[in-house]
Amino acid sequence: MPTRREIFEARQRRRANLVAAGSTGLVVLAIVVLVPLAPGWEAVQRSFFNGEVFARTFPGLLNAFLMDIAIFAWCAPLIAAAGLLLAIARDLRAPALTPVKLAATAFIDIFRGLPVILVIYLIGFGIPGLGLPRPWNSPYLWGSLALILVYSAYVAEVIRSGIESIHDSQRAAAQSLGLSPRDTMRFVILPQAVRRVVPANMNLFIALQKDVALLSFIGPVEIFRQAGVYKSLLANFTPYVGAALIFLAITIPATRYADHLMSRQKRARS
Amino acid sequence: MAMLQLTGVRKAFGDNVVLDGIDLTVSAGQMVCLIGASGSGKSTLLRCMNLLEPIDDGAILLDGTDISEPGRDPQPVRTRIGMVFQSYNLFPHMTARANVELAPRRVRGQSGAALSDRVAALFARFGLADRMEHYPDQLSGGQQQRVAIIRALAMAPEIMLFDEITSALDPELVGEVLDVLRQLRAEGMTMVLATHEMGFARELADTVCFLDRGRILESGPPARIFETPQEPRTRAFLSRVL
Ligand SMILES: Nc1ncnc2c1ncn2[C@@H]1O[C@H](COP(=O)(O)OP(=O)(O)O)[C@@H](O)[C@H]1O
Ligand SMILES: [Mg+2]
Repeated sequence: MPTRREIFEARQRRRANLVAAGSTGLVVLAIVVLVPLAPGWEAVQRSFFNGEVFARTFPGLLNAFLMDIAIFAWCAPLIAAAGLLLAIARDLRAPALTPVKLAATAFIDIFRGLPVILVIYLIGFGIPGLGLPRPWNSPYLWGSLALILVYSAYVAEVIRSGIESIHDSQRAAAQSLGLSPRDTMRFVILPQAVRRVVPANMNLFIALQKDVALLSFIGPVEIFRQAGVYKSLLANFTPYVGAALIFLAITIPATRYADHLMSRQKRARS
Repeated sequence: MAMLQLTGVRKAFGDNVVLDGIDLTVSAGQMVCLIGASGSGKSTLLRCMNLLEPIDDGAILLDGTDISEPGRDPQPVRTRIGMVFQSYNLFPHMTARANVELAPRRVRGQSGAALSDRVAALFARFGLADRMEHYPDQLSGGQQQRVAIIRALAMAPEIMLFDEITSALDPELVGEVLDVLRQLRAEGMTMVLATHEMGFARELADTVCFLDRGRILESGPPARIFETPQEPRTRAFLSRVL
């Protein structure tokens, strides 16, 4: 038997859903009706939403996207490891290790402060320009390094914010048991900090997946580059739309999942 | 004999003088209670005893050794002094058992069956044998605080410090934590407590110290402090809390 309150809330929910569906329908209808009335619509449709071109290029695009995934897959663990090390280095307190701390701080400041594409150009063109022998002149190698440098700086900052969010009483409890500062960090602070910033780091890795496409500017044939090849070949922009759909198929679910984790953490802490 | 002896301990945060010449002696097997208004310096005093805060002046002797000497490594001292906090401060990402075993493993290098048997015995002794594998957020406040006590005891400290360990608890959970203190008292543990549980202090303390603005204004056996306080400020405080 539903209670009076439940009946009331069910009715409210039905009404809200109805209103939402109605207004969304109206907006979609307006777009469907109005956009084709624009003078350039037919030209746009032919060059961006060409079904035939889409069908011909989509498999090739998917195939090229495997390269994006591969680059992501070898960069991500290196970024996670380097980010963690940088965050720890940045928090060092022993006077003898001050140079390490300063170097980590400078590294983070520099790579967080530069546009990704600039780092990719400088490293991706600069280092192979030294005339290194194969395979040391590969743009895949140096492009990946550029992504690793920039993103490990971001990850380090996120982890550091996690470390700072752990209440001082946790450190006091660990110290009062006689744990060394190192063990306190390793067993008490870091595990909590890293867990707390999982959603923030997921958002960084989603951004990384997108930024892999920037490597196309220095050579690697991944999906963006492949779409460009098709565009020139077929004189049609539809391959770019195909590439966009492939990115969204990965990034939207991943973003939703990160949001879900974040709200679950918020609930758990309140 | 004096287990812990403080002479002329001073501590300031900036211009705020929080401990203003504390003299205090805690003998082996004794229980000393610190009472006083909030902000009078009780927590700071306990944190100084455990070297969580460096003192500015004076000395703290543990078994005759000056542990407050500037530049001295605080770690070995902390393993000899257990501390329990008002907010439990369990490590939330570890089970109760892992909380208790961490320091014996890392600091004392203990492991294996010897450690796990000893830890299981501690849990059993304080009625938590069936809670060892629970995470802190699966335990009531009273249970969490008992785990925190077990965690400190697992290092086999010579003296235990308790900072208002029942203040964050729901009233019906205070009793189970005070029972643990009674048990420790009966077993002869040396203890220093900051507490608002006046009934408890009166029942069990050997010495009660009234702290006021960073000084021990008055101290003595509980009967004297509670029944014939000499200082007007002690009387005013007691009339507010009793
Ligand atoms: N870490 C700190 N930094 C600055 N001031 C502090 C700090 N800890 C305590 N104090 C100050 O010291 C005084 C005594 O605090 P405390 O020892 O917590 O008293 P009690 O435990 O008796 O309530 C208060 O005025 C408080 O603001
Ligand atoms: Mg206090």
